[in-house]
Amino acid sequence: MEMVTLTIDGKHVEVEKDTTILKAAKTVGIDIPTLCYFELKDMNIENRPGGCRVCVVEVKGRRNLAPACTTTVTPGMEVNTHSIRVLNARRTVLELILSDHPAECLTCAKSGNCELQSLAQQLGVRDIPFQGAQSTYRKDTSPAIIRDVDKCIMCRRCEMMCNEVQTVGALSAVNRGFMAVVAPAFEMNLEKSPCTYCGQCVSVCPTGALTEVDHSRNVINSLADPTKTVVVQTAPAVRAALGEEFGLEPGTLVTGKMVAALRRLGFDYVFDTDFAADLTIMEEGSELLDRLTRYLKGDKKVKLPILTSCCPGWVNFFEHNFPEMLDIPSTAKSPQQMFGPIAKEYFGKKLGIDRKNMVVVSIMPCIAKKYECQREEFKVDGDPDVNFSLSTRELAHLIKQANIDFNALPEEDFDNPLGESTGAAVIFGNTGGVIEAACRTAYELYTGKKLKNVEFKELRGMENIRHATIDFDGLPINIGIAHGLGNARKLLEDIRDGKSHFHAIEIMACPGGCIGGGGQPYHHGNSEILKKRAAAIYREDAGKPIRKSHENPFIIELYKEFLEKPLGEKSHHLLHTHYFDKSAGIFVDE
Amino acid sequence: MAQIKYHILVCGGTGCRASQSEDILKNFQELIIDKGLGTEVQVVKTGCFGFCEKGPIVKMMPDNTFYTKVSPADCEEILNEHIIKGRKVTRLLYTDPETKEQVSDSKHMEFYKKQIRIALRNCGFINPENIEEYIGRDGYQALGKVLTELTPDATIDIIKKSGLRGRGGGGFPTGLKWEITRKVKADQKYVICNADEGDPGAFMDRSVLEGDPHSVLEAMAINGYCTGASKGLVYIRAEYPLAVERLKIAMRQAREFGLLGQNIMGTGFNFDVEIRYGAGAFVCGEETALIHSMEGKRGEPTVKPPFPSESGYLGKPSNVNNVETYANIPVIIIKGAEWFSAIGTEKSKGTKVFALAGKINNVGLIEVPMGITLREVIYEIGGGIKNDKKFKAVQTGGPSGGMLTEKHLDTPIDYDNLIAAGSMMGSGGMIVMDEDDCMVSMAKFYLQFTVEESCGKCSPCRIGNKRLFEILEKVTKGQGTLEDLDKLKNLSNVIKDTSLCGLGQTSPNPVLSSLMNFPDEYNEHVVSKKCRAGSCKSLMQYIIDPDNCIGCTLCARNCPVNAISGERKQPHIIDQEKCIKCGACMEKCKFNAIHIN
Repeated sequence: MEMVTLTIDGKHVEVEKDTTILKAAKTVGIDIPTLCYFELKDMNIENRPGGCRVCVVEVKGRRNLAPACTTTVTPGMEVNTHSIRVLNARRTVLELILSDHPAECLTCAKSGNCELQSLAQQLGVRDIPFQGAQSTYRKDTSPAIIRDVDKCIMCRRCEMMCNEVQTVGALSAVNRGFMAVVAPAFEMNLEKSPCTYCGQCVSVCPTGALTEVDHSRNVINSLADPTKTVVVQTAPAVRAALGEEFGLEPGTLVTGKMVAALRRLGFDYVFDTDFAADLTIMEEGSELLDRLTRYLKGDKKVKLPILTSCCPGWVNFFEHNFPEMLDIPSTAKSPQQMFGPIAKEYFGKKLGIDRKNMVVVSIMPCIAKKYECQREEFKVDGDPDVNFSLSTRELAHLIKQANIDFNALPEEDFDNPLGESTGAAVIFGNTGGVIEAACRTAYELYTGKKLKNVEFKELRGMENIRHATIDFDGLPINIGIAHGLGNARKLLEDIRDGKSHFHAIEIMACPGGCIGGGGQPYHHGNSEILKKRAAAIYREDAGKPIRKSHENPFIIELYKEFLEKPLGEKSHHLLHTHYFDKSAGIFVDE
Repeated sequence: MAQIKYHILVCGGTGCRASQSEDILKNFQELIIDKGLGTEVQVVKTGCFGFCEKGPIVKMMPDNTFYTKVSPADCEEILNEHIIKGRKVTRLLYTDPETKEQVSDSKHMEFYKKQIRIALRNCGFINPENIEEYIGRDGYQALGKVLTELTPDATIDIIKKSGLRGRGGGGFPTGLKWEITRKVKADQKYVICNADEGDPGAFMDRSVLEGDPHSVLEAMAINGYCTGASKGLVYIRAEYPLAVERLKIAMRQAREFGLLGQNIMGTGFNFDVEIRYGAGAFVCGEETALIHSMEGKRGEPTVKPPFPSESGYLGKPSNVNNVETYANIPVIIIKGAEWFSAIGTEKSKGTKVFALAGKINNVGLIEVPMGITLREVIYEIGGGIKNDKKFKAVQTGGPSGGMLTEKHLDTPIDYDNLIAAGSMMGSGGMIVMDEDDCMVSMAKFYLQFTVEESCGKCSPCRIGNKRLFEILEKVTKGQGTLEDLDKLKNLSNVIKDTSLCGLGQTSPNPVLSSLMNFPDEYNEHVVSKKCRAGSCKSLMQYIIDPDNCIGCTLCARNCPVNAISGERKQPHIIDQEKCIKCGACMEKCKFNAIHIN
C-alpha cells in the first residue's frame, strides 16, 4: 500500500494514500469536529456530502479552507486544524447553523443526545450573532415517525440511509437555498411516501428533526387505569441495549433489571416477546418444511425460497416495492403480532379478562413496530392485538420518569407462561438469528435427529449479504441472509430474475438486525456499539438452558392446550397474515 | 435560373425577436413574393448581431447596409427604396452620436470598431438553420483537418499552445483539461457542452447557439476525437427554446452530411450529440451540479476531486466546456495556435464575449480582445453612460462578480487582473452603474440573486448568504450599525473561505468589493442614515419648505396615512415616523414647497 506523509498541526503523520485529513488526524489524536459526517465503520455506511463545513481546516498553499472529511491527503501536505482563520470560520459556520435552528433545546426530544447541541458546547458558543428569518416547514406526523424539519440542518444523513443503504427513496433534499430541506417528494407527508418506517433516518439524525412518535403517555394512562390489565412484552434486542441509556457499557445484558423496572412501572404481567419468537419458529419453521417437502415431491406451484416475515420494515418494503412477490414471504406474523392474540385470546381468556380490558404494550428496538401494531388486519373490532409499541429509548424515559434507579434494581424473572423462552428466540435480535433459530428446529423436525451443535456460526456475522449451505442430513439447504433493505433488494431482484438458488432467506431491515433498530439508544455512528450488542445477544443464547424453540415447555403446552398444531386452523386464524400491494398507494392524495 | 443578388439578413436573436423581428421576416418574405423579387432577393434569419440597443437589426448584403430599429412597417420601404431603386433608407441608418453623421456599414461604427469576433464570427452573417452557410465559411474544415491530418495529441497540443482558457468563468486551461480527460482510461467517455447560461443579463452562449450552432457541434466532435469520447451531451436551459430548436436542426443537418454519427468523413471516427435540458438553476452551471442534473439527480455540486475529467457523467470521464470555449476551437485549429495566442495578454489569450448592460448607451453583445481596458469597453464600444450621467461602477462576472470603479477603468481586462481587483471574469456579464445607483442596494440586489440560486447544500452558502442579505437590508433601511459592517466583512470572508462550490465561494464578492470601494457610502447609511444616490427609500425624507408653503392643506388632505399636519394658512409639517414615502404630497403641491432630502 502506498503511504503518504504529511504534517497536521505540526505532527508528522503517515497514512495510506486516499485517506482523508479527518481520518489521518485521528491517527495522531487530533479530533477535528464534524457534523454532517457520519460513518458506521466496517458496515460500508458513510455519509460525507461535505455540506456542513464544520470540519474545515487550513491547508498550506490552498486558496480556501478544506473540508477535512472529504479532502484526501497529499504528500508533504501541511494542515492546520486550529489556526485563527479556521477557528473563526468554524465558529461562524456553526453560529450560522444555529441562527436557523429553533432554540427549543429545553423541550426537544433530542436534548442531551443532540450532536448540534454538543458541538455548540464543544465550541463554546455563548450567543448567536446573527438574527434573521428561520426556515420553517409544516410538521409531519406519520404512524411511526415525526418530521420536525425546522430542526433539519441538511446533513443529509437520513437521505443517505434512506436512499443508499435502504434504497427506499422516501427522503431526499427538496427546495433550494435557504428553504432547502430533506423531505418526501413534493413535500408530501411521510405516510404517503414509500417510507417503510425502518427508522434508520431517526437513528442517524443528529438533531431532533426526525424522531419517533412517542406513545409513552398512552402507556402511562393505561397503567393508571384500574379497569385495565396491562401486559408488556419485550423484544430480544432491547435487553442488549437498554443499559446504555443508564450509562452502562454497551453490550451489558440487563434482562433481569429490565423486568424489575417494568414490574415497578406497574405492568400487571411482564412477558417476553421471545416466547412469541419461539412460537414464530414453530409456525415459520413448519411452513418452511411444508414448502420444502412439497417442493421435493415435485410440486411445481410451491414458492421457494421462503422469506422471513418478522421484520415490519421489511414487510412494508416488499409491499411497496415487490407487489408481484407477495406470495413468497412466510405468512407467519411477527413475534410482536403473534404475542398480541395469544395474550388477549388465550392468556386473557384463561384469566377471564375481556380483550377490551386488556392492554398489550410492546417494548421494541424498532420504530416500524409502531406502524405494524396499528395495521387494520391486526385488530379485532377496532381493538388492536397490540395496543402500543414503545421504543427502547421511550422505555428508558419511562423508567427515569418513574424515579427508578435502574442500576440499583435486582434481577427478576419474567412472568409465566408467556415469559419463558429459549436461546433460539433471543438471537432473533441479530442478523442471521431468525434463520439460525429456524434451522435448529427445522433440522430436528425434518431429520428426526438431535443437533450436536446448535450454533450455526456460518450464519453469523456482519457482512451485508451472507449465504451458507446447511446439511439437513444429506439434504443441502441453501440459506441467504441480508440486513439493510438495499441488500434485501438485491436478493429480491435475484429471486424475481430467477437467479436465486436459496431455499430460505432471512431479511432484516436494519443494519445489524434489530440490535441496530431505529428505536435503539443512539449509537452516533459507533459501530463497535452494534457489535457489542450482537455479542451480548449470543451470550444470552449460550447461557440459556433450552436453546431450541420446539423444546420450550410452555410452547409445547400452548399447542397442546390451545393451538393444537403448527399451521393448524387456530394458528392460521391467530398467527398468520397476508400482505397488500401498496405500490399504487404511494403519492395518492385524498 | 436567375441568381440571388441580394440577401436581407434579419436578426433572429432574442432581443430583436422581442421587438417583432419575426414579423419583419414574415413581411419581407410576403412582399418579395408580391413584388416578384423571389428570384433575386433572399431573406435570411440570422443569429444575434450584438448591437441590441439598436435592434431590430436588418443588414443588406452585399453592400453591408446596416439598418437599425427597423419595424415591420419599414419592410416595404426598404424593398422599394433599397432593392428596387437602389437608394438607402437613410432614416433607418445609424447616426454616430459624436459626429452626428450617418454610418451605413457596421464596421465603421464605434460599437464594432474595437471588436474582434472569433467566437461570434458567424453570428449575424449566416443563416444558422442552414449547414451549407456554415460550411461556406470554413465550417467543419477544422474537424476534417483534425481527423485526417492530426493525432489527438497533436490537436490537444495546438489547443494548449493557443492558451485558450475556459470561458465559463473559471478560466481553467482548455488544452490541459482535454489532456487530462484523454489520459484517463475508460470504456466510455463523454464530451459535455455547458449551455446552462445562468448569469442574468448574459446571453453570449445563447447567441452562439442561436447564431452559429455548428461551431459548437464541430468543436465537440473535435474534442471527442481528442479525448476518445463517442458521445456528446449539450446541457441547455429549457428556457432557450430558439437555441434548442436551432441546435436540433444543426444536429440533424450534420448527421445528414455525415459530420455527426458513424464513420465521420469516412475516417472511422464515431461521434454523436444528444441534448439534455436544464430547468434553469444557476448552480447547474457548476460542472458537478450540471452532471448530477443530467443524471436525473438533484442539481447540486459535489466535492472535487474527483473532477469530471476523471469521473463525470455516470461516473465516466467527461470533458465539460462552455459554449463560448467550444466556439473558439475550430478557428484555432484552422488559423493556428500562434494566431490565437497573438491576441490578448500574457496569460489570457484570445477574445472574450461580454454582455453590456445597465446604464450604458450601447447595450448589447460584444467580443473584444483580452487586455482591452474597461474604459475602452464602456466609453468607446459602449458609447458612454446613459443621459450623460457620471460613471460609478461596473459589475463584472455576473451576480457573484465584484464592483469595479473609476480607478479600475484603465486596467487591462483579463482573468488574473479581474481577480486581483476583487472581481472575476465569470461568463462575461458587464453591468454598468451610474451616480444614481446606491452601492449598498446594488450589493443587496446581486446577493438576492445568489440567495435564491443557492442549492442549499452547504451551510455557509445556504444560511450565510441569507444573513448577509438581511444585514444589507437592515443597512438600506437605515437600521444598520457600524458593528453590522464588521459582520458583513467577516461573514463575507467566511462564506468565501468555506463554501463548497464556486457559487458560495464568490457570492459575497459584490459585498466585499463595494465595502472596499465605497466605504463612505456604507458609513453614510449607518451613521448619518443617508443614501447619497437617493435610492434607499427608507432613508429618504419628504420635507416641507416653510418659506414656500402657504398652508393650502392640499398635501395633508392627500396624504394616505395622515402624516401631514398644520393649521390652515400656516406652513405644514410631515411626521417622518408616519410617512410612507409615497410622494403623493409632492405631486399635489402647487407651490413647489415639498422636496426630498
